[in-house]
Amino acid sequence: MKIAIPVNEQSLESNVCPSFGRAPYFLFYDTVTKESYCLDNSAVASQGGAGIRAAQVIADHGVKALLTPRCGENAEKVLRKSEVLAYKSIPGTVQQNIDALIAEQLVLLSDFHPGFHGHGK
Amino acid sequence: MENKPAKIAVLSGKGGTGKTLVSVNLAAVAGKSVYIDCDVEEPNGYLFFKPQVTREEDIMVKIPVINEILCNGCRKCVDFCKFNALALIKNKPYVFEEVCHSCGGCMLLCPEKAISEKEKLIGTVQKGVSNHVTVTTGILNTGQASGIPIIKKLLEESLSHEELPTFIDCPPGSACIVMESIKDADYCILVAEPTVFGVHNLNMVYDLVRLFKKPYGVVLNKCLNGKNPAEKFCMDKNIPILGKIPFHTELGTLNSDAKIAARESERFRALFTSLLETVMKEVRHETAVDSER
Repeated sequence: MKIAIPVNEQSLESNVCPSFGRAPYFLFYDTVTKESYCLDNSAVASQGGAGIRAAQVIADHGVKALLTPRCGENAEKVLRKSEVLAYKSIPGTVQQNIDALIAEQLVLLSDFHPGFHGHGK
Repeated sequence: MENKPAKIAVLSGKGGTGKTLVSVNLAAVAGKSVYIDCDVEEPNGYLFFKPQVTREEDIMVKIPVINEILCNGCRKCVDFCKFNALALIKNKPYVFEEVCHSCGGCMLLCPEKAISEKEKLIGTVQKGVSNHVTVTTGILNTGQASGIPIIKKLLEESLSHEELPTFIDCPPGSACIVMESIKDADYCILVAEPTVFGVHNLNMVYDLVRLFKKPYGVVLNKCLNGKNPAEKFCMDKNIPILGKIPFHTELGTLNSDAKIAARESERFRALFTSLLETVMKEVRHETAVDSER
């Protein structure tokens, strides 16, 4: 299974980025081969709809599980319709989060915030 | 020197500083004039003018509709949309209507002609008269994301009154919607409160009008005796102070009764008439300087 995580640095030792759509990088991890790679988040400088664009990238990479501390309503729609499950990440490193997912200790993300663009409140 | 009547935008970094007070009262003392309420999320100028509504127009925007039979999932539209209003889900584009800016690009681009457009109602523009003032109000329907198409329509309407002085009551802040409101303005009035927070908000719109290279001046509202941080800010930055409005019980009472101070009280008529003269002098000066540039 392929996992994706928004990260601040391109490493398994990085912390999870507090933002999904505006994270600088995404880390992709394959639970079978245990291989990982990182990509720049092309949505980071979007005027709006960053979450939609970021979720698109996640779906395009065939990801089955996204580990993120938070996620917006629009991104959630793209993920859900693309059959990507969003799990709530825990404080700690990317590796710790991957281990927690494999140990079935993570729960599905249940609250999705409204978009910020034009309603920055 | 050309003596074209000016379009004057009134703005501030936050709500409640007195944009509507200033723009309504200036229009009221300007004789035959136009007042445009661009604060489409919560227009309130009409509460003061109580205009006789002569015309009302629905404002529609165009939203793409995907024909899933014709669409072959090439994703050209998704990659093109710089607003990220389209996502490719299971090989078909999905439209996020609130994110769409109605540019029509996806429809033009689609090689399969699988995209058409539908109309979506987002609000209304109301036009009416109150004594000598033409009052135009933009109203964005609750739940709609962007009032910009309504502001475009309001400003387009104002072109038919170019011979009259026009006062544009802007939305608060310094975001896209304010930029759209001041785009065609000849002069910007920044309304400021006499607090440290007021200075922070003044600074936001001060940056904006300089970015847009608009001539500007400040009206200090709610002035009390004692220190005025907004006044100090203006002196430090060499910003022209157009006038001061006192923090006054009579003015507050008139305003909260939705009365136009300049129509009710001799004292405030004199205050706003003098403010208007100062503003017009500044506008003429700026136009003259501009034509020499």
